[in-house]
Amino acid sequence: MIAFFHHFMYDFRIGLREKSLLLMNYLFPLGFYVLMGLLMTGINPTFAPTMTPAMILVAIMAGTLLGLPYPVVESREAGIFRSFKINGVPALSIVTIPILSSCVHITLVSIIITLTAGPFFKAGVPVNWGYFLLILLLTALTFASLGILIGVVSPNSRLIVLFSQAIFLPSMILGGLMIPSDMLPPALYRVSLLLPTTYAMNAWKGLAFGMQSTFDPLWGVLILLASGIIAFTLSIYLFTWDSKNKSRGHNPLLALLSLLPFVIGAIFLSTL
Amino acid sequence: MQEDVVVVKDFTKTYGSTVAVDGLSFTVHRGEIFGLLGPNGAGKTTTMESLEGIRHPTSGSLNVLGVDPTRQPDRLHRLIGVQLQSSGLPGSMTPAEAMEFFCAYHHVAPRYDLLKRLGLGEKQNAQFSTLSAGQQRRLALTLAIAHNPPLVLLDEPTAGLDVSSRIELHDVMRELQASGTTLMLATHDMAEAEKMADQVAILLRGKLAALDSPTQLTATGSGLVKISVASETSCLAQEGGVFPGVSQQLNKDEYMIYYSHDAGETVPALLDHIKTHGDHLVDLRVERPSLEDRFLEITRSEDSNGGQP
Repeated sequence: MIAFFHHFMYDFRIGLREKSLLLMNYLFPLGFYVLMGLLMTGINPTFAPTMTPAMILVAIMAGTLLGLPYPVVESREAGIFRSFKINGVPALSIVTIPILSSCVHITLVSIIITLTAGPFFKAGVPVNWGYFLLILLLTALTFASLGILIGVVSPNSRLIVLFSQAIFLPSMILGGLMIPSDMLPPALYRVSLLLPTTYAMNAWKGLAFGMQSTFDPLWGVLILLASGIIAFTLSIYLFTWDSKNKSRGHNPLLALLSLLPFVIGAIFLSTL
Repeated sequence: MQEDVVVVKDFTKTYGSTVAVDGLSFTVHRGEIFGLLGPNGAGKTTTMESLEGIRHPTSGSLNVLGVDPTRQPDRLHRLIGVQLQSSGLPGSMTPAEAMEFFCAYHHVAPRYDLLKRLGLGEKQNAQFSTLSAGQQRRLALTLAIAHNPPLVLLDEPTAGLDVSSRIELHDVMRELQASGTTLMLATHDMAEAEKMADQVAILLRGKLAALDSPTQLTATGSGLVKISVASETSCLAQEGGVFPGVSQQLNKDEYMIYYSHDAGETVPALLDHIKTHGDHLVDLRVERPSLEDRFLEITRSEDSNGGQP
């Protein structure tokens, strides 16, 4: 437990010390939040009520999809994981600790956004703080698990960009952050149901912000939970210490199973 | 009776159709410094990594202090310390953090005193990426020995280090040996192996080409002694001559170098030749073959045998 604590504290400090991680954990999401607060609330008045969860989702995606995978690939390629293995660091810690520390960074950024969005940009504030925190934690854990899984299955940094952006960019455009999902044309709405942010936004709107949700928000909670559990389990199952040693040889395509709950959601919820 | 610390028996490791190590067997005893020598691709790193539990043997058996590295990795990591060839640490980790981190996983108190002992006291809060190559190597060794393991495995420990850093690391290795620690050393550096190792295994193309103490290994070679002579007017180079016991001679800089199987006959004949030609001796050196000479001899013999050591 002492080792786990030292490892966690080290990982948390790295999230502030490493320039690229500091950018993804704090500078980019907070800069984007200020920019959107100044621009979007003036251009699009319907943005303000959902601004808080939308900007928290940007922080979650930046800290996890963009911030988590690269250190995993870098550590594997540089022989850092081999050194960890020789010194008895378990794979479970290597996978779990970055997830937890990134959740702490996300929570800190979320507190800043939630406390300032109302007074500065007249954004909506949660009416049910319990659900707000629960969905925040669940979404952060799910995205962090997906981020780690991308790092685990990516053989190099070019593929990290491809995999991460395959979720990040569509989520920014279609995931309910800028435009509410129920305002999308039916075909795009069905596509949006393949994105985790759609479920998080729907759950936050329906359960925490007292707004009309597009579908039962509990489905969103369930689907996020299922994806998070699958992604976390696969991250441990597919984890490799060393890119030169292919002895474990599990098929990285198994990682696609983590998206299965969203596919199921898209099939069933698009007909509701 | 000497206690066996590492027992390697008929160890073979293949990667697809490539045989990296082929039927290797040797034993390392407690308190020894054991050198694993060989050119690139000889199988040194594969052997070391298999002993560290990173790679699994294709066949044969490995035993490290009574532990099978493949089946009991959790027990193994408490018994060994490993200084890896690559850095093995995140660039932004400081020596103090690395010490806390690894000692916590080894369930021992951090050994900040070792950082000071190895000259890293002032750098303990500097990021790993800002340390010099010598400081990075010293940190790797410090972390490898911080939990006081009975066996330390070192992969090219002094590669790229300046002379004083090499001497410092050699002193630490000697201190560890004196305290009863067994050291296994994979190296390209023949002089280092000759100076440090009690026993040396030479690997060629995955097979064991020689296994003995450096003294015995050099003694069992061709037996040729190297005699280097320099004189004022270089009469040996200009006049030539046939000298007893000499099987090969060459001219290098101001020296004539003779390889003799009977130095007792050759040296007086050389001195007599210089005197009779009115020349004066400037320098005379008689050297036994070094481990490097023996290594080259074994390598050439293996090449001429078509890869059969």
